[in-house]
Amino acid sequence: MTDYTWLVPLPVVIPLSAAGLALALYRRPNVQRFVTVVALALVLVASVALLVLADDGPLVVDVGGWAAPVGIDLVADRLSALMLTISSAVTLCVLLYSLAQGNEDDEESAPVSIYHPTYLVLTAGVANAFLSGDLFNLYVGFEILLAASYVLITLGGTGERIRAGTIYIVVALLSSVLFLVAIAMIYAATGTVNLAQLALRLPEIDPGVRLVLQVLLLLAFAIKAAVFPLSAWLPDSYPTAPAPVTAVFAGLLTKVGVYAIIRTQTLLFPDGRLDDALMWAALATMVIGILGAVAQDDIKRLLSFTLVSHIGFMVFGIALATDLGYTAAIYYVAHHITVQTALFLVVGLVERAGGSTSLTKLGGLAKLTPVLAILFFIPAMNLGGIPPLSGFLGKIGLIEAGVQLGTPLAYVLVVGSVVTSLLTLYALVKAWNKAFWQTPEEPRPPVRLPFGMVAPTAALIVVGLMLTVAAGPLYAYTERAAVSLTERTPYVDAVLPDGERGQGVSADVAEEQPEGQP
Amino acid sequence: MIDMSPNIVLVVTIGVLFAAGVYLLLERSLSRVLIGVILIGNGANLLFLVAGGAAGRPPIVGDEPERQMSDPLPQAMVLTAIVITLGMTAFLLALAYRSWQLHRHDEVQDDVEDRRIAHLAAVDERAFADLDTEVAAGTLDEEAAEARDETDQGAPGTVREVRP
Repeated sequence: MTDYTWLVPLPVVIPLSAAGLALALYRRPNVQRFVTVVALALVLVASVALLVLADDGPLVVDVGGWAAPVGIDLVADRLSALMLTISSAVTLCVLLYSLAQGNEDDEESAPVSIYHPTYLVLTAGVANAFLSGDLFNLYVGFEILLAASYVLITLGGTGERIRAGTIYIVVALLSSVLFLVAIAMIYAATGTVNLAQLALRLPEIDPGVRLVLQVLLLLAFAIKAAVFPLSAWLPDSYPTAPAPVTAVFAGLLTKVGVYAIIRTQTLLFPDGRLDDALMWAALATMVIGILGAVAQDDIKRLLSFTLVSHIGFMVFGIALATDLGYTAAIYYVAHHITVQTALFLVVGLVERAGGSTSLTKLGGLAKLTPVLAILFFIPAMNLGGIPPLSGFLGKIGLIEAGVQLGTPLAYVLVVGSVVTSLLTLYALVKAWNKAFWQTPEEPRPPVRLPFGMVAPTAALIVVGLMLTVAAGPLYAYTERAAVSLTERTPYVDAVLPDGERGQGVSADVAEEQPEGQP
Repeated sequence: MIDMSPNIVLVVTIGVLFAAGVYLLLERSLSRVLIGVILIGNGANLLFLVAGGAAGRPPIVGDEPERQMSDPLPQAMVLTAIVITLGMTAFLLALAYRSWQLHRHDEVQDDVEDRRIAHLAAVDERAFADLDTEVAAGTLDEEAAEARDETDQGAPGTVREVRP
């Protein structure tokens, strides 16, 4: 069998090199555009290849040839590869959308020279977070994507964006420090930050210390994923950014937090002592998030609140801590990335056609642009969980997993998730009625939506529909991913084949080994 | 067995840095928040030094006996963290300056739309208005320029007016 491990670092290396290239070419926007599109297309190809290859077992690269626990390793297992594929498809669509937007509007709305390199750095950070097999490298991945997101959210530097950006940045910095503190404590307790080695060593330390470490990590990731008591920053800051930026943030950044929670909960802390607490958090996130959405008048804020609310569904699946729960949670993450990004892109088009995002001011869009009405309707129904769309399949999977667990708390969550779905449907139908059917205050001139913006949006919606059409194989894939997550051994064995060292070179330690092990 | 008993001076310093940092983070002014972030960040950096165990000789293989070396890995991590904190600090400074350019102060403002919804909730209004209801005029930016925070004395449209 040919060794394909060289594919693993590509989703990080390509966008980072392309970012440097794009920055150097800031005087030639057209070349910049070309570089960015090619880089992201290559990342998509590499991710799909990884998705196929990882099904046979995790692919591991010891970076720089240093053996795993000493050096840093990148691991592409089923979960990472799936997240990587969905995220690179989404980033490519959003990029094409913003290219068309840049062509239509003047440079001010999206200054290409800054936007493109930053966007590439963001994708590199996301890929690094997904692939990292090392806790500190995960932190670096987070910081890469956060630093890029700080620039993107304050793009243009208007008063409203500076206000929103300040809140976003301060909260993100705080969560980073928490993560850093957690890493320091973990290192003090175990002497390693390699995930696979931690999986072996954490069970040996004092259970009280282990609980503290778990709480610290969960806190840091829950802020990033916007789980309820720590979610207030999200609806405050996301809506002011440009539409494509909000779309990619909503789709990806919170999901990186969810991914980190899945990874650490399964690999590092499989004893599940915080599952009940997580279930309560999931319930609160779902219900309070959606109640927030119901109260909103601005459609971007409404969607931001549904985003918070639906993070609760994923946390629900994680908190169940069964194969079925993880299967549904991973499927739900894939579904939610595509559908939430698509909805925010559509809202960008709505703002263009209707001149506002306030539901009281919008109206009559169904008559004005029927295409837009369809583009909004499909992902909205998908998010609300109308059969046979992927949202329904994800929710039914979660409910099934909850019933299978059968504890009273799990039943409470099942009821909570159904109520949340209904309220989501209510909020979205309300938005639909207001924006598309209401008689507008003043008739708007007919608009032609640029094809370059409609096509990527439609493509993303088609990806969302594909999740329904290909639900059988995909669900089987997420199930295999979930099973290997709960088994833990495939991951650990792939990183540390002999239970001690990775495949890289570490001559000096190898000599020492007999001494340490009599 | 490595000596892992922490240095009490370092631990107390970390505690003080975190306490002062958290206090400053809760302030309104962005420059104070920034100083809070720096203090907390440095507290976390010191924590890494504690995590690395007792201080020792420089970790250069061949020069020093291996038993007396200090652990280089946490120091490498601290260096990375310091660089990252530096970059973020610079960005926050730029934000504070931009905020001062725009508003002549660097206080973090409340979300106007959020206040509007809270206002509606306080007077028990519907979140959205129908065609025949009067909508308050003015864009978000105009309201943002007026609305500040609790140090204002009753700026128009603040929640405080609504409360009895």
